[in-house]
Amino acid sequence: MTKAPRDVVLKGVEKRFGDVTAVDAVDLEVRAGELLVLVGPSGCGKSTLLRLIAGLEEATAGEVWIGGRAVDDVAPGDRDVAMVFQSYALYPHMTVARNLGFGLRVRGVGRDEVAEQVGRAAEVLGLGELLDRRPGQLSGGQQQRVALGRAMVRDPGVFLFDEPLSNLDAGLRLRTRDEIAALHRRLGTTMIFVTHDQVEALSLGQRVAVMDRGRIQQVGTPREIYRRPGNLFVAGFVGSPPINQLPLARDRQDRLAGGPFVFPGESPHPTATLAVRPEDLTITTTSSPTPTHPHGTSEPPPGTPTHPPAYTRIPPDPTALPPAPPRTPPDPPPFPATVLRVESLGAEQRLHLDGPAGAAWIARTSPAHPVTAGDPVQVSVAWDRTHLFGPDGRRTGTAPTPAATSDHA
Amino acid sequence: MRDVRRRAGGGPSAGLGKGARALLLAAACLAMAAPFLWMAATSLMGQLEVFSSGRLLPETALWSNYPDALTAQPFARYFLNSLLFAAVVVAGQVATATTAGYAFARLEFPGRDRVFMLFLATMMVPVVIVLIPRFLMIDALGWIDSYQGLVSTELVSVWGIFLMRQYFRTVPRELEDAARVDGAGPLRIFWNVALPLAKPAVATLALFAFIDAWKNFLWPLLVTRSMEMRVVEVGIAAFHSTYEINWPYQMAAGVVAVLPIALLFLFTQRYFVRGIQLEGIR
Repeated sequence: MTKAPRDVVLKGVEKRFGDVTAVDAVDLEVRAGELLVLVGPSGCGKSTLLRLIAGLEEATAGEVWIGGRAVDDVAPGDRDVAMVFQSYALYPHMTVARNLGFGLRVRGVGRDEVAEQVGRAAEVLGLGELLDRRPGQLSGGQQQRVALGRAMVRDPGVFLFDEPLSNLDAGLRLRTRDEIAALHRRLGTTMIFVTHDQVEALSLGQRVAVMDRGRIQQVGTPREIYRRPGNLFVAGFVGSPPINQLPLARDRQDRLAGGPFVFPGESPHPTATLAVRPEDLTITTTSSPTPTHPHGTSEPPPGTPTHPPAYTRIPPDPTALPPAPPRTPPDPPPFPATVLRVESLGAEQRLHLDGPAGAAWIARTSPAHPVTAGDPVQVSVAWDRTHLFGPDGRRTGTAPTPAATSDHA
Repeated sequence: MRDVRRRAGGGPSAGLGKGARALLLAAACLAMAAPFLWMAATSLMGQLEVFSSGRLLPETALWSNYPDALTAQPFARYFLNSLLFAAVVVAGQVATATTAGYAFARLEFPGRDRVFMLFLATMMVPVVIVLIPRFLMIDALGWIDSYQGLVSTELVSVWGIFLMRQYFRTVPRELEDAARVDGAGPLRIFWNVALPLAKPAVATLALFAFIDAWKNFLWPLLVTRSMEMRVVEVGIAAFHSTYEINWPYQMAAGVVAVLPIALLFLFTQRYFVRGIQLEGIR
């Protein structure tokens, strides 16, 4: 199982079904040996894109290149790809051993070699005792491994995964995810993995391609996707709990404003959207025994050391990213909000807030400082970690620190 | 199925309904079985006893009717012919229906569904209407009174194609996709993936084809002339000559002809039920 991995290049690939454009002018380069995750909501075209790469669908326009070869006229079986399907698609009338060996037998590989390859894959995946069983006699997790094994036996240049984990229960899904990552490390083969689960995407992918409505919205490392979402869709799709948003509009002095915030400088756009991750909010509570900001709505005098927040900011979703370095002092000025609901998740606490201008915002805080629903709190925003999106949804940069918060918030 | 649900509901009418249902079923059973019982009874009667009024059972069972009837004509040959005829028809219909059914279900070619509708439309045409054209064709080929003449028109069953098409459509597409990625071509997918999965439908089709062929009377009667070419059904009818009708012999041969089918049914009931459930058009 040592073969050079292949790269996959899509050039202007388009797929229409009648009037519906499932995949719209997609350019994508998957590097040899890379694990790339295609993620997006259902119906975004990610599975169709995978099927186009596999050759199970024919592109309406554009080209698919695998390993430096245009494969548009090449049958799926001759593209040097193997695929793991969502339903596993094991042949129900064949034993596990025959399922594993089918691709080799089709290629006219001799009986002894098939047996040897099947044995090796079975060993790697711990399927040895199941070889004589039929798929119907296996658990979901076992079927999943057989599907994986069937792809491995072929020793392909590219692995394609079409939501292979979505039929597994939560625990098994995590374990299998780790196994696929381990398999990738071990084989070094190019892998393209389709999922609708953004956590899965960020945790598994070396790079992630976010798709929506047939188009690739952004391609980047999980960190880039999470920290610098290219547009409002990516910002909203990636991250759990979802990113907090606030619509902004130009005020009379052509400054962007919304809720308590007024941003300095003339805005080139009539409207914009402010977005900030739940972990980039710092909560301070007045009822806290620790000293808190005395005048929540005004900027502290320069030079005054800011009081440490009563609730320390906790790192983002542990499966997504390494924690951001702690930031002190928190960016002024905070705004007041009411805690509507508290989700205690053990490792973290999610505060549902009556946010700026009534927007439903969520803050992630340390569970070490319990908060109860109804508590009035002060919320400060890490402004250099915020995002501004123009009217077309594209990211224009971080929001500047607002000049002042309006008092009527 | 509705009955099951009603019973599960345990409504007040359930007890009464059960008794009434049993009675109704018993009556239906009797109605279905009566001709066969009558046939069996008649097969043991004497020639004249049949016509004595009001007699349902033979006075003494004339078991000798059986060997006598079966040797009055070359029935061994007839059975062989029937078996051969049925076997070839089954093989032919399975071969044509599975391939055509698969093509209509899964292959993509222009006009596919329209051609299929055309096939279906032929089911509306009563068999007797095409009997004469068929006969003329076989005659033109010089195949009258030959095995090829006997079987050639029976090798394709539109009902079978329909059955197989419907079944193949239920085979998950992902299985075929998986086979394609595994490198299998359409024939290989048909043979190694789709067909093995369609075994229940094939069994149903084979069963119905066998029975249809076995009880086919009109066509063999038309295309065969010589005794050597006769099938069982035609042989049974031959007891019915212009001047003489030997009822006990005819019924004895009838009982023997029904036996293989009855046995077959005993062992393959579930395929019968499935065939009827699948299509509901028989």
